[in-house]
Amino acid sequence: MLWPHMSNSTQSPHSTLEAVSAARWRIAILLTTIMMVVYFGFILLVAFNKPLLGTPFVAGLSIGMLLGVLVIIAAWVLTWVYVRWANTHYDASLRGLRS
Amino acid sequence: MMSAIGEPNITAITFFGLFIVLSLGITVWASRRTRTTDQFYAAGRSVTAFQNGLALAGDYMSAASFLGIAGLVAVSGFDGLIYSIGFLVGWPIVMFLIAEPLRNLGRYTFADVVATRLRQTPIRIAAAIGALAVIAFYLIAQMVGAGNLIRLLFGLPYEAAVVIVGVVMLAYVLFGGMIATTWVQIVKAVLLLGGATLLAGLVLMRFSFNPLALFEQASAMYGPGVLAPGRQVTDPIDAISLGLALMLGTAGLPHILMRFYTVRDAKTARTSVGYATAFIGFFYLLTFILGFGAMVIVGREAITKVDAGGNMAAPLLAEAVGGTAFLGFIAAVAFATILAVVAGLTLSGAATLSHDLWVNVFRGQHASEREQLVVARVATIVLAIISIILGIAFKGQNVAYMVGLAFAIAASANFPALVLSIFWKRLTTAGAQASMIVGTLSTLVLIYLSPTIQLDILKNADAWFPLRNPGIVTIPLSFVIAVGVSLMRPVPSEERRFVELERQLHLGLE
Repeated sequence: MLWPHMSNSTQSPHSTLEAVSAARWRIAILLTTIMMVVYFGFILLVAFNKPLLGTPFVAGLSIGMLLGVLVIIAAWVLTWVYVRWANTHYDASLRGLRS
Repeated sequence: MMSAIGEPNITAITFFGLFIVLSLGITVWASRRTRTTDQFYAAGRSVTAFQNGLALAGDYMSAASFLGIAGLVAVSGFDGLIYSIGFLVGWPIVMFLIAEPLRNLGRYTFADVVATRLRQTPIRIAAAIGALAVIAFYLIAQMVGAGNLIRLLFGLPYEAAVVIVGVVMLAYVLFGGMIATTWVQIVKAVLLLGGATLLAGLVLMRFSFNPLALFEQASAMYGPGVLAPGRQVTDPIDAISLGLALMLGTAGLPHILMRFYTVRDAKTARTSVGYATAFIGFFYLLTFILGFGAMVIVGREAITKVDAGGNMAAPLLAEAVGGTAFLGFIAAVAFATILAVVAGLTLSGAATLSHDLWVNVFRGQHASEREQLVVARVATIVLAIISIILGIAFKGQNVAYMVGLAFAIAASANFPALVLSIFWKRLTTAGAQASMIVGTLSTLVLIYLSPTIQLDILKNADAWFPLRNPGIVTIPLSFVIAVGVSLMRPVPSEERRFVELERQLHLGLE
């Protein structure tokens, strides 16, 4: 479990709207921050360390291209992490609030 | 190499004819299901997550990204990939911050969300200014692109191409509303993803399905510099500014945001963004193969000889690996791509004019269903005529910057107010209004003062503002204005309504 303290706070059937909301925004802000750090980290390397990104990682693949592909994969993984979290924890808490 | 590009191509015309017949057939079918405003603007909320994922991808992947990025990679190598990546990274942000709250809080436009607990009239007017500015610049870029592309691909006169795109798109939106628009976007997404995959497959077949062998060949032919950042990124601040605008602008594009209202509930909206992110990421990975494939197989010189900007790289590549018939197919896909994007833009513009301005401002929310539909359709006709006129007026002008401008306005005018209205209970009507107006105006002014307009277009000696993309100034400015104005004059009644908003945001309308 990536964020145990969050799942505990949202799995309880008696959790309040405020608690559910807080957990939802914690996840949203955390994942948004990770995406921004990954993407702007890449952009800053493009801007300030071109020789590093031009270095071949293996023949035919520069470090820059490898990192570029990794940024796309990071976007996929973070999106998947959110969907997983929302489908299990967030939806369960919403069901609890409705009943 | 001899190319059939620019000559009337039988396969291209056949495939394009088939697409038009199919899409107009869909429109006839959809028109029988378009009798209420919910159906016209939101496809009766009946679109599934998978369908909406494809339609989002179809709405977002413009001809600019298919032909433009493939061309940029073919001509400049690595630098083109910076755009591929920038156009994808906004999607996780849409997922984390926007999609579900939007679905739960609004009905047809993003202004619904901002106006939820604030005063309708000022919010709707300010939001309409931002939304219409984004739509106008995006539409001009698409129409001019359509005219140029179709002239290059089919040998048709520029004006005729612009009129055809305008009239066919008008038919979709006017009669079939969101249902027809959604299905045109789905068909286009399948064609574009399928066509690009097939093209990439035909390229990789020549390299025993090893992309690295392709990249190695590119670096052997044109030097290892093609795999490294080059001349396109000269100013680090400008690179970050462009990155910010691409990332946050995606989450502020009115035609994309509107698509979340077509699904049943917030959970479906969430799943649809997951599909969209997967499809769009896959497509941008393919642009790596297509760009370097064109560089190696067609050759840089042959590409820039046909079009100096490199926009014909992907069609030339299709011709080289699949012959004239495949060129025809890819050309038809490019045409379909433009049609799907302009249809989405026009529908969101019509929603802004009729739902935000007519119904909520002029008629004080009292308009019959019938009247709303009539106004929406009149707005659609007006927008189609305006876009044809603008497309012809901007003939021969450099409009490449307009897509970047549309993203910058979306990121500065729409995104801050939208996010703060969802997150921050102290946001007031005046704060949101000031933020949206300052976001739009500051972006327009700074683009006008930037090197793009001053040096490249007006040929002046120097530019007042050093950056080509103003996002790094205008996005923070818009946030600061919203927060500053709200804190200076708090409105307790608006703050109290945040409790209800928060409940609806998570649980929807019960």
